[in-house]
Amino acid sequence: MEEFFETTITVNGTPVTRRVAARTHLVDFLREELGLTGSHTACEHGVCGACTLRVDGQILRGCLMLAVQANGRKVDTIEGLSDAGEIRDLQAAFHERNALQCGFCTPGVLMTAQELLRDRPEATRDEIREFMSGNLCRCTGYQAIIDSIEAVLIARRRTGRL
Amino acid sequence: MKASSFGYARPESLAEALELLARHGERAKLLAGGQSLIPSLNLRLSSPALLIDLGNLSELEGIALQGKDLRIGALTRHRAIERSPVVAAHAPLLAQAAPHIAHVAIRNRGTFGGSLAMSDPAAEWPACCLALGASIVVASARGERRVQAERFFKALYATDLAPDEILVAAEIPAAAADSRSVFLELARRRGDYAIVGVAAQARRSKGRLQDVRLAFLGVAAVPLLARRAMAALEGGPCDAAAIAAAERALGDELEPMADLYHSAATKLHLARVLAGRALAALAA
Ligand SMILES: Cc1cc2nc3c(=O)[nH]c(=O)nc-3n(C[C@H](O)[C@H](O)[C@H](O)COP(=O)(O)OP(=O)(O)OC[C@H]3O[C@@H](n4cnc5c(N)ncnc54)[C@H](O)[C@@H]3O)c2cc1C
Ligand code: FES
Ligand code: FES
Repeated sequence: MEEFFETTITVNGTPVTRRVAARTHLVDFLREELGLTGSHTACEHGVCGACTLRVDGQILRGCLMLAVQANGRKVDTIEGLSDAGEIRDLQAAFHERNALQCGFCTPGVLMTAQELLRDRPEATRDEIREFMSGNLCRCTGYQAIIDSIEAVLIARRRTGRL
Repeated sequence: MKASSFGYARPESLAEALELLARHGERAKLLAGGQSLIPSLNLRLSSPALLIDLGNLSELEGIALQGKDLRIGALTRHRAIERSPVVAAHAPLLAQAAPHIAHVAIRNRGTFGGSLAMSDPAAEWPACCLALGASIVVASARGERRVQAERFFKALYATDLAPDEILVAAEIPAAAADSRSVFLELARRRGDYAIVGVAAQARRSKGRLQDVRLAFLGVAAVPLLARRAMAALEGGPCDAAAIAAAERALGDELEPMADLYHSAATKLHLARVLAGRALAALAA
């Protein structure tokens, strides 16, 4: 018999309470229960980064956290970052430089890139590559992704957003 | 793939967690960062009846200098160790090793204690604990005990932990003023588990090495101290001849296991190459 646990999570600023099975992953809860399908799932064992979420201000793998573990925590998804305008410049840079093709990896890539921009404003190009290494992209070959992030990093530094 | 169903408990104290563990025994699994356990549940390699989530036990989290030891709580995240100025000052080897563990999103969640309990033969923390002469603190309803790292990692994915015990911390002798350390590893891609790696520390004064510690990961079922290579270096100058002697000694004591991509001979070669680089860096 499946057991359910009452779980309250603040998702993109709004608290939601649901009864969830212990085995439900956070990313599946967001996608299936709340309809937030911006975060994707592919490998489901931590390798690809398509499921990247931000919990209490830090990125993590949405497929490697149970929804019950997020009880009492703040979860931000790509929908939240996008609606808040937090990554508008990053999205524009990706668009301009063709840093996405099928777009499957893009939400996870943007979540990771935003953490890099906040966390490592002084990052060099090599450090950007290293930081982004946990997000796989099967289409772009990465150059355009790294170019876009580097451009935003430089622009944010110049405008004092960092 | 998705995990099969299981029960879930979130104790609020170590005592409560120990009591749950004692009651449910091997049917229960402790959940720390979940970065190894959840993949294995997702792949249905593991199907416990109950998960005991240690996530609320803030008493197990933190880094503190206690006398001559650096104490790192089991629930301390990889990323916290990577960024800690206390670690950089008193156990720089750990700060050097941390960036090699997986990726940022995984280091934000994975815990020090989880990695030691998991005891993956290619993991960074077990080898570092061995090189640093750490003492592992474990607790059960029967009380607390300490185990030297050299006796803690027992066999492939097997440690000295009894089924009713929880790893609570590791105590690491703080680095001496004349101590130097180097961590190097080779992996196929950034963030992958190591093919071979080495954690090295020694004190260097007047051009001579003392208290040399060389621990390898990825070369056996458990992390390994290269005692013969250490002996070849102890008390002497770290010159080209000494480094060559240490590399030769590795051939007598390392018997690497081949993996899917690398033969035993390749691994031994890589271990020697890394040892040479690490020792050159210690000497520099
Ligand atoms: C894609 C990917 C790449 C990775 N690459 C690396 C790498 O390069 N190097 C590396 O070292 N690791 C790597 N990891 C694993 C990661 O470091 C894990 O965080 C770590 O192995 C386990 O820590 P955890 O806190 O996540 O433990 P969990 O997954 O929660 O638990 C792991 C095991 O330890 C037990 N356990 C946990 N805490 C305790 C405790 N306090 N007392 C007793 N038992 C306990 C659990 O019951 C379980 O059996 C990788 C993981 C992924 C998904
Ligand atoms: S789906 Fe989570 S890392 Fe691939
Ligand atoms: S754009 Fe298709 S996977 Fe990255």
